[in-house]
Amino acid sequence: MKCQYCEKPATFHITELTEPNGPQVMHLCEEHARGFLQKDNASPAVSVAGALAKQLNLGQTKKELAELDRKECPVCGISFFEFRSTGRLGCPYDYTHFESDLEPLLINIHDSLEHTGKRPRRAAASADSQAIMIQLRREMEEAIEREDYERASEIRDELRKIENAGIEAGEDDAKSAAKKTKGDSKKSSGDRS
Amino acid sequence: MKRDTDFSKLALHSGEWLRGTGPESDIVISSRIRLARNLADFPFIRRCSDEDRVSIERTVRARMEAIEGWEDIRYVDIEQLSEIDRQFLVERQLISREIADAEGSRAVAIDPNEQYSVMVNEEDHLRIQVMHSGLDLKSAWDQINSLDDQLEGSILYAYNQKYGYLTACPTNVGTGLRVSVMLHLPALVITQQIEKVFRSMQRINVTVRGLYGEGSQYTGDFYQVSNQITLGHSEEDLVALVGENVVPRIIEYERKARDFLVNQGQKDLHDDVSRALGILSTAKKISSEETMHYLSKVRMGVNLGLISDVPVGTINKLFIDTQPAHLQKLHGRLLGSSDRNVERATYLQRHLSGSLGTGELN
Repeated sequence: MKCQYCEKPATFHITELTEPNGPQVMHLCEEHARGFLQKDNASPAVSVAGALAKQLNLGQTKKELAELDRKECPVCGISFFEFRSTGRLGCPYDYTHFESDLEPLLINIHDSLEHTGKRPRRAAASADSQAIMIQLRREMEEAIEREDYERASEIRDELRKIENAGIEAGEDDAKSAAKKTKGDSKKSSGDRS
Repeated sequence: MKRDTDFSKLALHSGEWLRGTGPESDIVISSRIRLARNLADFPFIRRCSDEDRVSIERTVRARMEAIEGWEDIRYVDIEQLSEIDRQFLVERQLISREIADAEGSRAVAIDPNEQYSVMVNEEDHLRIQVMHSGLDLKSAWDQINSLDDQLEGSILYAYNQKYGYLTACPTNVGTGLRVSVMLHLPALVITQQIEKVFRSMQRINVTVRGLYGEGSQYTGDFYQVSNQITLGHSEEDLVALVGENVVPRIIEYERKARDFLVNQGQKDLHDDVSRALGILSTAKKISSEETMHYLSKVRMGVNLGLISDVPVGTINKLFIDTQPAHLQKLHGRLLGSSDRNVERATYLQRHLSGSLGTGELN
């Protein structure tokens, strides 16, 4: 028997036992089996494709999906199509830019849209400030490349300023979150009030 | 933190998680927890330029070097490693296959006991993992939480209040936490109850994965149970879901199946495990797959008291040491597949000889 992904003989026969339609057997060569088994979960593209397929079943038309595929993030430039094919996003700002498109997907995968776990003591002030930091860093790299060290150092200072502002905002976030979840011992894990 | 790429000493001993102790270690091989984290001011790996990756690696390394208590941590530049050394770290479960096969700047920080490692530039900028022997998720969580706090003290993570820790793949967003317990379930396989057991757990948001060898008769009997969701529940809840809700039930089923085998077919079972030990102790050449199959039987025999003079830690170590890169590191030179089969048999004989002919029926 040949491997499902290449011409080599299939020496590993892996059964996914928790597929909704019952156990699913996969026949893989050693190399593909190793890659498959060492991932934490089913490949992201597969999980994302599965969740998107459900979304399509739930009423989204193919035309709507084609339009969505063309949408691009202004920070990293990733298109929704690229995300859909690889299962991986391009930058933290994608969660903001594609928010309404990702939400049905997150509900399908996690059955939830709200993080209730640990919160970092320090965090960027907002999604916008994270996007600005990524853009500034890119500008800094370009400045270094054209040997404009004065501009590069200006950008470095600007980045530090945003990072420091973020730290305070992060603390505020943590405090308000701690207040919100006060009394709920299950959620107190990472809240450092 | 020490920069190092010499693994010759590492090959001579095994990680803490393989020592074969810890709660329920007759059935639970290891408990692993990992956290996915990203830096706030860089794109995710897929959209990183080569310079971004270099910059992330340098930034993270500098921050780690400044952490108090990390003086003994070994820091390995994966890009500089030979293929065999990368494979060696994968077999030891200190790095993932994905980071081993990737290109560009990437690294791993490893603690001297091999209980934890931090991968830099994997699918996410940081993948922190902690691995303990047996069912020990609570202390694994405490340890990884404290490591995360130490890193978070100097690194600004990509995070937002609604979705939590932002990750490259939406399947990890929120806590970024994956709890994985590796189970050895030979009796459920022999009694053909394994699918039934896992099917009954389909709606509990856990993923179960099994590894089957060639044909249905060659089974490794190892299964990994992990949480499927990462958003909407606290880390403690996810740890409890796997460690207190799911795994103890599977352990109970496996124990019942083992009792059944011992009571119903003791002679057959003893014959089966003794033959497995016989082959491993006397074969002159043996493949990796066959080794896994027979070691699985011997491991069950040891745990049921049918084989008395082989410590379970030795069996666990043999599972790792007989894999291709480990064999070659231990042998001290590169070996082709056929030479590896011979070297593997020699290695097994050396560790198991003297074990034959013992182990009376209890």
